[in-house]
Amino acid sequence: MSRAPPRKGENFELRAELNSEYRDRRADAIKRVIANMTVGKDVSGLFPDVLKNMQTDDLEQKKLVYLYLMNYAKTQPELVILAVNTFVKDTADFNPLVRALAIRTMSTLKAEKILTYLGEPLNRCLKDDNPYVRKTAALCVAKAFELKPELCVEWGFVEMLRDLVGDGNPMVVANAVTALMDIHEAAQSMPPSRPGSPTADGESPPPSATRPSPTLFIIDPPTLSKLLLALNECSEWGRIALLNALARYKAQDDKESEHICERVMPQFQHANAAVVLGAVKVIMIHMRNVGRQELVTQLIRKMAPPLVTLVSSAPEVQWVALRNINLLLQKRPDILANEMRVFFCKYNDPPYVKVEKLDIMVRLADHRNVDTLLGELREYASEVDVDFVRKAVKAIGQTAIKIESAAGRCVQLLLDLIQTRVSYVVQEGVVVIKDIFRKYPHSYEGIIPVLCANLDDLDEPEAKASLIWIIGEYAEKIENADELLGIFLESFKEEPYAVQLQTVTAIVKLFLKKPDGSQAIVQRVLQAATKDCDNPDVRDKAYVYWRLLSTDPAAAKAVVLSVKPPISLPQTTVSATVLDELLGEISSLASVYHKPAATFIGRGRYGAEDMAKRRQDDLEDNIQEKALQTVAQGQKAENLLDFDMDEPAAMADTSISASAFANAPSGSQSASVQQALAKNPLDELMDLFATNTLTAPTTTPMATSSPSPFGMASSPASALSAASITPAPVKPDAFSGLDDFGFGAAPSKPAPKTMNSSQNDDLLGLF
Amino acid sequence: MPLVLEMEEENIPVTPCFSSEGINYMHIRHNNLYLLALSKRNSNAVEIILFLHRLAGVLIEYFKELEEESIRDNFVIIYELLDEMMDFGYPQTTESKILQEYITQESHKLEVIRPPVAVTNAVSWRSEGIRYRKNEVFLDVVESVNLLVNASGTVIRSEILGAVKMKCYLSGMPELRLGLNDKVMFENTGRANRGKSIEMEDVKFHQCVRLARFENDRTISFIPPDGEFELMSYRLSTPVKPLIWVEASVENHKGSRVEYVVKVKGQFKRRSTANNVEIYVHVPDDADSPKFRASVGSVVYAPEKSAFVWKIKQLGGAKEYLMRAHFGLPSVRNDEVDKRAPISVKFEIPYFTVSGIQVRYLKVVEKAGYSSLPWVRYITQNGDDYTLRTIADTKQSSIIAPL
Repeated sequence: MSRAPPRKGENFELRAELNSEYRDRRADAIKRVIANMTVGKDVSGLFPDVLKNMQTDDLEQKKLVYLYLMNYAKTQPELVILAVNTFVKDTADFNPLVRALAIRTMSTLKAEKILTYLGEPLNRCLKDDNPYVRKTAALCVAKAFELKPELCVEWGFVEMLRDLVGDGNPMVVANAVTALMDIHEAAQSMPPSRPGSPTADGESPPPSATRPSPTLFIIDPPTLSKLLLALNECSEWGRIALLNALARYKAQDDKESEHICERVMPQFQHANAAVVLGAVKVIMIHMRNVGRQELVTQLIRKMAPPLVTLVSSAPEVQWVALRNINLLLQKRPDILANEMRVFFCKYNDPPYVKVEKLDIMVRLADHRNVDTLLGELREYASEVDVDFVRKAVKAIGQTAIKIESAAGRCVQLLLDLIQTRVSYVVQEGVVVIKDIFRKYPHSYEGIIPVLCANLDDLDEPEAKASLIWIIGEYAEKIENADELLGIFLESFKEEPYAVQLQTVTAIVKLFLKKPDGSQAIVQRVLQAATKDCDNPDVRDKAYVYWRLLSTDPAAAKAVVLSVKPPISLPQTTVSATVLDELLGEISSLASVYHKPAATFIGRGRYGAEDMAKRRQDDLEDNIQEKALQTVAQGQKAENLLDFDMDEPAAMADTSISASAFANAPSGSQSASVQQALAKNPLDELMDLFATNTLTAPTTTPMATSSPSPFGMASSPASALSAASITPAPVKPDAFSGLDDFGFGAAPSKPAPKTMNSSQNDDLLGLF
Repeated sequence: MPLVLEMEEENIPVTPCFSSEGINYMHIRHNNLYLLALSKRNSNAVEIILFLHRLAGVLIEYFKELEEESIRDNFVIIYELLDEMMDFGYPQTTESKILQEYITQESHKLEVIRPPVAVTNAVSWRSEGIRYRKNEVFLDVVESVNLLVNASGTVIRSEILGAVKMKCYLSGMPELRLGLNDKVMFENTGRANRGKSIEMEDVKFHQCVRLARFENDRTISFIPPDGEFELMSYRLSTPVKPLIWVEASVENHKGSRVEYVVKVKGQFKRRSTANNVEIYVHVPDDADSPKFRASVGSVVYAPEKSAFVWKIKQLGGAKEYLMRAHFGLPSVRNDEVDKRAPISVKFEIPYFTVSGIQVRYLKVVEKAGYSSLPWVRYITQNGDDYTLRTIADTKQSSIIAPL
């Protein structure tokens, strides 16, 4: 005891009180110690004095002393040893409550030394006559396993747990299963050897032998029948554990899967939402093997009402349920086909619930219910919460893209909303309408004048960029397109890059469509972009256009005005394999985040520490890379609507954009695929530049007027290097489809190939 | 933790679960308290969120009020409760009735307390040896109507959330069987069904009900907990016509005043009466100097809710009433968009269920062989979302700014 006892202050007083001869004063002092501990004051100095009060017949006081021990055992391991005797004595107390309390506390103490004394009492408690003690002891095995796995196997505790699964008491069965599942999970996530952990020192034999095999808890058919039997008898929380175990069971044949589904189905009627979702999970897993179609239909039909009921629970539960329902719908959109109304937002729903409901509503939209949905969305668009209103407007656009027959009505609704002139509604509306144009080109051109009339109200980059894109795309139909684009050119230097990029492209499109009269404006924009702009993407894009235009307007036309693949609404937000993995983990955090567990907890339960360490060591890890990819993929899928593929810069602008992620892990698969594909156009570009340098003096009149931009591209090699530094942003319009190849997220056309030949023809013509 | 929350609050809406630096935060809000659970693993989020709700429930049972002060005053007992309710991250006993048997406010000597058998029993919700001189059961069938009417007056969404609540004062370990006019059961048993039968869409039971038995033959059989509990809940999405119809017209003269005319109508049978009807109508945030005139009941202005409330003690079936309200508006215009909150209504109609559900019988069987009489009450009330968007502007003051 090196620490000097306190001489004054509160701790000094407490010390005196703890040693008082009067029982009630001591009891009172302990309470004050615990109170101080709770608010974070250091009372560890009182350890020996508190310890003296451990032997008492006042249960409340005993509990408090135990609590104190739990808190400080880690920092004072030597002193805890002093408590061992009392602990062991208490585990043999005549009162089961005390026995359970002692074994529970003892196994929670995070001190290695205590653990060696735990064996005998735990052994005794696992065989206790009283079920309360047994159920408590069962969990203690899991706790001990976390600290010293070898010991638990050696002492045969895991074996004893397996026996407890057949116990007569449902609560004991439930806790035994819980403990086994916990141990199983821990054993699986345990790295082969844990460096730095005290278990890895000399005493343990070679890892392969001692390391508990990952099959500590095998669920075989006899166990299965025990589990199914206990399922109807135990408490709500116990059922969750049992359902988890059932989800892990590998059925021998179809018959068994059917049997499990039938036995689990009644749990849909349980009042506890976690039991319901647990049952949904088991059924989703075992349904994969059910061959009888009518049973599958019946299961799906039975699943709907309980899921709908979850939507009327407390908001937090509701949110978690909604996230899971969203996932379920991605796999089986038919489950709730007729239930869209249930997901209508209530006026006083918390924002996070509303957003989730919106997403589900769009998922459930079909041609039958679309009118009701649009009526609802119109209502939401007039609420006050800006974020929600924007999401509602976005949902209208998504509906239009999803249901072709309703697109006209959606556009009309959007126009109505834009005419309210509420700034954020207008901005979001413009962005959304751009997406509708991408899906249904040349269908709703009549509304363009209305959009242009709102030009002055736009102040967000995305909205501006969208409107500019629309003007450029339909330049031939808009009489005053040059005027409108001129407005943006005026303020070119002050605009964000996304807007600059779009302005450049749009004006080039205008020039290609209406060459007469727009020569001056194109000249101006290319000047401005190459000279006054400090963003390399904008500059490079302008250079490429300039070169294209000056070399071969026909090629430029083919590149800039190429037909773009129509966009579509993705069915899923995660890839099919991830979706299946997540569906196997329904109700867990992974299914709530829609991310595989590995992405947010690293390796198993030790994830947090691992990740912190990894960050320090700056180590690249497989898992992280995988995480990035999934995130990128998800982002991509979501962004399909937000971002136009034509806007490489808009993507580069947002730091979390898909292309940024895809390019970051250079060795990753998706990036390399993209690179391989990108090669094709780059070759082409190189060709272009090569011919350009050869023929520049004669064929390009522009070159003489402003030679400076060509200085950089004077040799093919440097042109290539300029292009290859930032492959993604340089890509002109026609190659935007390549993004799709890289991710496989949306259908795309093999445009580059055909273009290649046609362009080569053009080039040949040049020669 | 508060730091993380504040940080989150500034940028994005805080969701009940989120992860940061490999640690997962799961929380619920109870008034101004956050109940938070932390996890480093891929835990069962639904289970934990539900447990937090249950914890709040137990603490309320113990301290009446769950707030900062009651936590500070009772930290010792809260430690004890947490210890008993959750072990190693797994929920254990959350039945407050049972907990109260061995975790009590006053400290006891060791000899007295033992873990109640119920904790680990198959019947974990009822203790043995309960005695009542008079054996009584009270059944309350409460139906809450959620309904949404759009601006043109059509019901676009409606549901009935029903609950059968019990107050059980029975001795021993009674076996109960409840019979309802459940359509599926009538069909199954092939019994002639006199009168109306109803089809419940989703039924949820208290954990005391034998689910497998219900699945087999729709019998609701159970050993009830002692005292008050919710036996079952059910949901029907059969279309309901609005029991209380409200519509309002607004005359908004921006910059000077705003006037409302509200009409209410009881659309239920003449012999029923709706009690404690409260109609909430939203007004602009900056409205002042309210003036009201109502043909029945009283009206109060609730500025904290930006609404006025028309309270009617008793509203007869098929009766119709009018009220007028007048507010002043500041001459400085508020440029913000008008929030158009819907009208919401609260009410209770006793002796009546919208769905027509009825308790056919409640059989009580106990070894002692006593007889007991069940008392049944029916009531229909508003759910948490009984709203009508029937506010019409009579004079549209230009929302669209002049070009």
